Amino acid sequence: MSGNSLFGPLDPAPDAGYADPPPRMGFFTDTSVCIGCKACEVACKEWNLVPEDGLNLLGLSYDNTGSLSANTWRHVAFVEQPLPARPAEPRVSPMGAGEREPRFLGMPAFDLPGRAGSDGGNGAGGDGPVRERTDFRWLMSSDVCKHCTHAACLDVCPTGALFRTEFGTVVVQEDICNGCGYCIPACPYGVIDQRAGDGRAWKCTLCYDRISDGLMPACAQACPTQSIQYGPLDDLRAAAARRVETLNANGVPEARLYGHDPDDGVGGDGAFFLLLDEPEVYGLPPDPVVTTRDLPDMWRKAGLAALAMAAAAAAAFLGGAR
Amino acid sequence: MTSVERRPRRGPGGDRVMVPRAEFRSYYGRPILKRPTWRYDIPAYLFAGGVAGGSALLAAGGDLTGRPALRRAGRLAALGAIGAGTYFLIHDLGRPGRFHHMLRVAKPTSPMSVGTWILAAFGPAAGLAAAGELAGYLPRRGALGLARRALPPAGRLAGLGAAAAAPALATYTGVLLADTAMPSWHEAYPQLPFVFAGSALASGAGVGLLAAPPEQAGPARRMAVAGAALELAAAHRVETRLGLLSEPYRTGKAGRLLRTGRALTAAGVAGALLGRRSRVLSALSGAALLTASLATRFGIFEGGIASAVDPKYVVVPQRERRAARGPKTSTDT
Repeated sequence: MSGNSLFGPLDPAPDAGYADPPPRMGFFTDTSVCIGCKACEVACKEWNLVPEDGLNLLGLSYDNTGSLSANTWRHVAFVEQPLPARPAEPRVSPMGAGEREPRFLGMPAFDLPGRAGSDGGNGAGGDGPVRERTDFRWLMSSDVCKHCTHAACLDVCPTGALFRTEFGTVVVQEDICNGCGYCIPACPYGVIDQRAGDGRAWKCTLCYDRISDGLMPACAQACPTQSIQYGPLDDLRAAAARRVETLNANGVPEARLYGHDPDDGVGGDGAFFLLLDEPEVYGLPPDPVVTTRDLPDMWRKAGLAALAMAAAAAAAFLGGAR
Repeated sequence: MTSVERRPRRGPGGDRVMVPRAEFRSYYGRPILKRPTWRYDIPAYLFAGGVAGGSALLAAGGDLTGRPALRRAGRLAALGAIGAGTYFLIHDLGRPGRFHHMLRVAKPTSPMSVGTWILAAFGPAAGLAAAGELAGYLPRRGALGLARRALPPAGRLAGLGAAAAAPALATYTGVLLADTAMPSWHEAYPQLPFVFAGSALASGAGVGLLAAPPEQAGPARRMAVAGAALELAAAHRVETRLGLLSEPYRTGKAGRLLRTGRALTAAGVAGALLGRRSRVLSALSGAALLTASLATRFGIFEGGIASAVDPKYVVVPQRERRAARGPKTSTDT
C-alpha cells in the first residue's frame, strides 16, 4: 500500500502486491473508426460464454443492447446527430487520408445501390438525381469495463471475489462472489451488474484467460477496423495521443480522449476511449471519481457520529433526576 | 433523432413534457449508473441494525443505573433486531449459501466487510446478554443451575460489550451507503452517519418507551429527544445542503418517506415528553419513534436510488465540477 492507494496516479499491479508484474495491459477504443458492426459484442459473448440478454428492439437507433450489464461486456452505442453546419474548412475523413470532402456512402435503403435518387425503384434507371447529403452524423462507440486504476468495485468487495490481476486488470472470481451487490452501486461507470437467476456479479475480465496465454482479448481480435486496440497501456496512451493530434490538426476538433489521464478521478482507465462528442452523449459519466477517495473522511465522520451517539446515551442516563 | 440533445421528460400520464427542467445531454435518457440490486432487505437491515444499536445502549444504561425494565427490554430487543437484521442481510445475497465468504477477508476499504466484523462482534454479545435475562427460568440445580448462576454476570459483561460495539454498528451503515457512486448517497457522506446515529438512538428510546413503566423510562425520554434532534438536524442538511443532489430526497417516494419520518419523530418526541405519566401515551410515542426510524431509513435508501436512475444527477454535477476546474488539456474541449 502506497500513499496513492485510494486516489491519484498509480501502477496498480505492484500496489496490489505483485513483485515483478508484466506491463499493464488495456484497451484503446478509437470510436472515430468504429463502424457499429457489433463483432466485439458477439465475439465477447462467444468466447466468454455470456448468456443472451434478451432479443429486444429498443428503438435506440441500431442499439438493441442498451447498456453494459452482467450479460453484456461490450456494448456498441449508436448516436444519430444532426451535424452542426461547419464553415467550409478542409476536413479529412476519419481515416486520416487526404480526402477533402466526406463522401456519403448512403444510408441502408430498399433500392439497389446507385439508385439513391429514386425513392420507389420505379424503373427510372440508376442515374437519377443524387439526393443532397443531409447534415447528419452517426456516432458509434464500443463501451467496456474501464479496468480503473482505482477500482471502486474492487475496493468495496467484502469477500475478495474481485481482485487485481498481474496485468493491472480487475476480475471477479465466480467461485467466491456471493452476490452481495456492493460493487454494482460502487462502479462510477455503471458497468458491473448482477446476473438474474445466477445471483453473482459479472463483468468484462479483459479476457484474463486469453491474455494470460499471450492472446488478444476476443473483442479486439474480432474488431475489423482496429477501433478496439489492445496492448501495453503505455503504448496505447502514446498511440492515442498521436491519433487525437492528427484528428485535431485535420479538421476534427471535437476528437478528444476519455479516461486516458492518470490524474483523473479514477487514476486513469485501463480501457480508455477517443470520443467525438461529450462523454455523456455516449452514456459515459463526464467526470467520474472513485468513491473510496473520500473513504478516510467518511470513516472519520462515522467515528464522530459514533462518539456523539455514545455521549448522548450516556447523558440520557446520567442527566436528569430519574 | 435528437433525444441525445435533450431528454424528453415523461409526465405521470406518460405524455411527453417537452420543456426540460435541467439542461444536459445523455444517451437516450438512459441511466449512466446501475441502480443497486438491493431489495427492501437492505433498508430493513439499516432499521434493524439501528434498533439493535440503540437498544444495546439502552440496556447497558439500564443495567448500570439499576433500571431492570430498560435492561431487559433493551437486551431482548437488541438480540431480536440483530437476528432479524442478519436474516435480511443474508436473504438479500445473490448466493445466500455463500454468506460465510464475507469472513474470508477483513478489508477496511469495504464498509461491508467492516460491518460484517462489527456484526460478528455485536451479535454473539447481544445473544449472551439476552441469555442472561432468561437465567431466571432455569432450574436451580444441576448443570443448568450452574448456568443459572453464571449467566447474569456473563450477560452483564456481554451487554456492556454489545453497548461498546453499538455506536459502530449504528453508524457504519452511513458509510456503507455513502461509499458508492450513487450521487445523493455519496455527497451526503458527512451527514449520513449522524442521521443514522440519531435514528438509532430514537428507535432504541422507542423500545424503552414501549416496554418500560413510566417511572423507569426517564432516560429513554431523554434519549428520544437527543436522537430526534441529531437525526432531524442531519437529515435537514441532507435535504437542503446538497444542491441538485438534495432534490431526490425531497421528491417522489423518498420525499414522502422522509416527510413521514420527520412527522412521526416529532410526534414521538412530543408524546414522550408530554406523556410522562401515561403508560399508553409513552408506548404510542415509542411506536411512533420506531416507525419514524423505519420510514427514514427507507427514505434515505430510495433517495440514493432515485439519484442513480436519472442521469441528470450524474451529468449536471460532474459537468459543473469539471467546469470549475477549468480546461485541463488541449484535447479536453
